[in-house]
Amino acid sequence: MLDLIWLIPVLPLVGALINLILGRKLGDPRAGWVATIATASSFLVTVLAYFEMLGRPAEERSHVATMFSWIRVGSLQVDLAVLADPLSIVMALFVTGISTLIHLYAIGYMHGDNKFSKFFLYLNLFVFSMLLLVLGENLLVTFLGWEGVGACSYFLISFWHTRDSAAVAGKKAFVTNRIGDFGVMAAMFLAFNSLGTLSYNAINDSAHSGELAAVTATAIGLLLFVGACGKSAQLPLYLWLPDAMEGPTPVSALIHAATMVTSGVFLMTRMSPVLHASYEWVPTVIAVVGAATALFAATVAVAQNDIKKVLAYSTVSQLGYMFLAVGSGAYVAAIFHMVTHAFFKALLFLGSGSVIHGMHHEQDMRRMGALRKVMPVTAFTFIIGWLAIAGVPPFAGFWSKDEILLYVYANNRGLYVVGLITALLTAFYMTRQVIMVFFGKAKWNDHSAEHGSHGDLTPHESSWVMLTPLVMLAGLSVVGGAMQLPFGKKFNFLERWLAPVVEESEAHIGETWAYQNKYLLLVVAIVVAVVGIAASIAVYAKSWIKPIEPKVLEQAWYYDNAASRLIAGPGARTFNLIAWIDANIVDGTVNGVGKLIRNIATSLRRAQSGFVRAYALLISFGAVVILAWFFLRGALL
Amino acid sequence: MIALSLAPTASWYLVLSAVLFGIGTFGVLVRRNPLVMFMCIELMLNAVNLSFVTLARQLNDINGQTIVFFVMVVAAAEVVVGLGIIVAIMRNRSSVTADDLAELKG
Amino acid sequence: MELFVFSCAALMVVVGAVGVIIRKHPVHAALSLVLTLFGVAVLFVIQQAHFLAAVQVIVYAGAIVVLFLFVIMLLGVDRVENLRTEPLTTQRPLAVIVSLGLIGVLVAAFATGSGVLNERGEGLNIPDLLNDSDANTKQLAQSIFSQYVVAFEVTSVLLVVAVVGTVLLARRTKNSVTENPK
Repeated sequence: MLDLIWLIPVLPLVGALINLILGRKLGDPRAGWVATIATASSFLVTVLAYFEMLGRPAEERSHVATMFSWIRVGSLQVDLAVLADPLSIVMALFVTGISTLIHLYAIGYMHGDNKFSKFFLYLNLFVFSMLLLVLGENLLVTFLGWEGVGACSYFLISFWHTRDSAAVAGKKAFVTNRIGDFGVMAAMFLAFNSLGTLSYNAINDSAHSGELAAVTATAIGLLLFVGACGKSAQLPLYLWLPDAMEGPTPVSALIHAATMVTSGVFLMTRMSPVLHASYEWVPTVIAVVGAATALFAATVAVAQNDIKKVLAYSTVSQLGYMFLAVGSGAYVAAIFHMVTHAFFKALLFLGSGSVIHGMHHEQDMRRMGALRKVMPVTAFTFIIGWLAIAGVPPFAGFWSKDEILLYVYANNRGLYVVGLITALLTAFYMTRQVIMVFFGKAKWNDHSAEHGSHGDLTPHESSWVMLTPLVMLAGLSVVGGAMQLPFGKKFNFLERWLAPVVEESEAHIGETWAYQNKYLLLVVAIVVAVVGIAASIAVYAKSWIKPIEPKVLEQAWYYDNAASRLIAGPGARTFNLIAWIDANIVDGTVNGVGKLIRNIATSLRRAQSGFVRAYALLISFGAVVILAWFFLRGALL
Repeated sequence: MIALSLAPTASWYLVLSAVLFGIGTFGVLVRRNPLVMFMCIELMLNAVNLSFVTLARQLNDINGQTIVFFVMVVAAAEVVVGLGIIVAIMRNRSSVTADDLAELKG
Repeated sequence: MELFVFSCAALMVVVGAVGVIIRKHPVHAALSLVLTLFGVAVLFVIQQAHFLAAVQVIVYAGAIVVLFLFVIMLLGVDRVENLRTEPLTTQRPLAVIVSLGLIGVLVAAFATGSGVLNERGEGLNIPDLLNDSDANTKQLAQSIFSQYVVAFEVTSVLLVVAVVGTVLLARRTKNSVTENPK
């Protein structure tokens, strides 16, 4: 079975091709079912591969299946190959699993759209790229997937391209990601230059064995982190993610919550030996950026009124947590949080999609309220998602967040405080969202007249096609924490599973004070979550305290405006300067060489006077010189 | 006759030949009349003949003189052809010097 | 004895050569050339190249110079060259330098090899020469007609070709191509 792991990315590709050729004929909803079945079969293959790996002893769980030899140029030998090892199978499992659920959901959500089959074409293409990314055997295959998900993200964000804001958002996402891509490319060049290979196994082995110099490892690590910042929306390059909410909700759920944005964390974990071999301050940089992003995004989410924007900033914040974990050496915790986050964030997004669908495409939370009476299943699942993200035990989010905070405490107390504050804010704003949408007074009747010509707006519950994935994700959010419980080695399934990949780079905190007192820290985390929820109820449900939502938070600390002004002002000037340099200096040099030769030739042309006697003079002069040379040679010898 | 103990050695002849050659070269470079230029070329050829004969005597080898024989033959043929060319060029113009034939000007 | 003859002949040669390059009138230059050729013929005789001396006089002075004079007459006797002016200004000084350089190098070469060159050559088979006055001719003939007979035949072909070619070159055709008027 493991030899057939190449089927895992290929099956969604086949689905995409079918939709490409026959999509219009298949129509709504058959095109959607084709896509869902393609993804589901990919999930099946992944599960079978997982069980086969489970049957093998821990050291033998890495398998490479080569599809074909891709590049053979000089010393660069790169195959299109997929690597099945514990890390990539975990990623493939939740990617294919959640993709299947979201495909199913989208059949209901996109019903009636006139570009129905194209949507599923892009979705399948995206799943194919994402699987190439996680299953790639070398940096180049991963990069192929990396670029692919970027392109599909662009297609899907601007899916309703007739809307100006959607088209602009798509472009913004693509350009911002490109900046990150440059970092990945530079890292690849460096890796090839210093090690002569792009294969993960070779690079990680040489990082372990000490063959990779610390300077090179630092450079590679930081450049890859730049790429990760772009793809995973960390602080300097996060701007595209809130705008990406222009895309349909299944897209937001799949790409911008569960899968694409986690590629950066995956890449860091995959290259963990390289990070381990670099200088001491490199993981600290990663951790600080992650913590700063987490706090930043959490403060902004408090003041957002669009149901999807809250979740978008929440995603940025949770990704910050994952990078904080990576920077503290807690790779297992990062992957754990990635998986649980995929469950509950996808759940929350799909739930919000259900709300939007039921509210006839109304997205402003101030016009919702008391929806739990009209959409009970949606409300119930959404509440489970809320409890998971807020960090309430026994839901999944609590265990993963606690694991991260444990490692962060052992590493750096200051960052631990930041993480704790962020956890408080997370609980706060998520509770605010739940209250505004599902509880309180129903505000949807007040504005029904302004809402097109829908007449009396009555929200309705969604169909089973949309509710089934919600229920399944809710179930996963409840039990997902069982992967890695902190009650002793017997329950550390994920840690033992991922050990062959990250063991040596993982921070070992067995002896620290934090580990000895982990139950104390556990209780602190619970207290913080409860305080956050209580504060939010006090402000929004009971109105005991007035809400504080200053404009600066709603405008995301004016970061976006600052970035636009920077690019338009000094940025544009710099680009013009560079273009001028290229046109005049670079081109000028090339043309200048030509002009120089022309000028030399023109001046030499004057020697061709046409006078035979002058030529004769030159000939005889040359003859004298030659004779003299022969004579001197003879005389001196 | 005065008996002179000094006798010209081969190098005297060769020096004379060198001088004749140099004068011929100078003439080719300075004179503009094509016919006179040709005559100076004949001077150069004669200088070479002289040196061949000198060395034939010095080295006791008849081949030097054989070469001179052939040089003379070829020089004659060359003069014939060269003068024919000059006639062909100069026929239609009133006065032609070497400087007027400047078609090679680049 | 040889010294005396050598000096006279050398004088003739040099005077004639200088005359060729100095004289404005081409006919005068041709006559100076004859002087030089005679001088060279005398030098041939001294060096016991009797046959070549004869050929020199007959062919060079007798045929070639006559040919020169024919052409000079054909193309107008009064074409006198103006030697005062020189359109290429650097030509004369550079020509002096080149000629002197040439002479200098050659003389230096001879001077270096003077060890070899100053051993008196015995001449070519001197006993033969004293007995037989045709010795030189015989030797030359033996060399040409045995060792270099192919070259000999080829030169005869060359002569024929030269004559035919020149006749073709210099004839007036029915529509003779005139040079572009300048």
